[in-house]
Amino acid sequence: MKITLRYFASVREQLAQSQEQVDTSATTLNDLRQELIARGEPYAKALGLGKAIRMAMNQKVCDGDAALLPDAEVAFFPPVTGG
Amino acid sequence: MAFTVQIQTEDFDLSREVAQLRAAQPAVGAVCSFIGTVRDRNEGDQVSSLELEHYPGMTEQSIQGMMAEAAERFDILGARVIHRVGLMQPLDQIVLVAVTSAHRGESFQACEFLMDYLKTQAPFWKKEATPGGHRWVDARVSDDKALARWGIQISNASGS
Repeated sequence: MKITLRYFASVREQLAQSQEQVDTSATTLNDLRQELIARGEPYAKALGLGKAIRMAMNQKVCDGDAALLPDAEVAFFPPVTGG
Repeated sequence: MAFTVQIQTEDFDLSREVAQLRAAQPAVGAVCSFIGTVRDRNEGDQVSSLELEHYPGMTEQSIQGMMAEAAERFDILGARVIHRVGLMQPLDQIVLVAVTSAHRGESFQACEFLMDYLKTQAPFWKKEATPGGHRWVDARVSDDKALARWGIQISNASGS
């Protein structure tokens, strides 16, 4: 399925892009993250499993085991630091 | 009564915002507000400027959700949240949370609840300029603990 990826803050900087479209067979957000890590650098470093990465789908924070929805907008970002 | 959120680069005026929040609302007997400002030091280093990034759309939606949660928990009449993004300097205002209620207790509590929630759940990221260069600000475990006091367990600052 086709989805839109959004990257923010340090993740955006490491990947040197803020948005991309991908065609994926991943079924969960964790699967999707693994698929991106498998691309190698810079994804492996930016999204690697040791990193504190938060995920959102369709602009709501989601756990990694959330099912990936068709046409979803999935965002990867570090812990938030507003206020 | 209104529960509104605004993300903007411009500064805001507390008096004007509070006046708007309680305009023509004679049921209001208490207004509590919090303003967060840019400090010139963090983690022991001098901070010369701060840049704030956010996730347009999700930011507004998540804060509206927080205000709905606050209205469920506390007997409040209205709330206004303004959060600035972009480049800011020490002394600048960053965030405003203002809450109205009939009596003071509810607005005091709701104001703190909203700030605790916002610190750990709203998609904002700070990058600060220090003598050693630019760096992203780390999330604090103490902010997760602040939210836990309200019975909400989340781990923004820790874990992968």
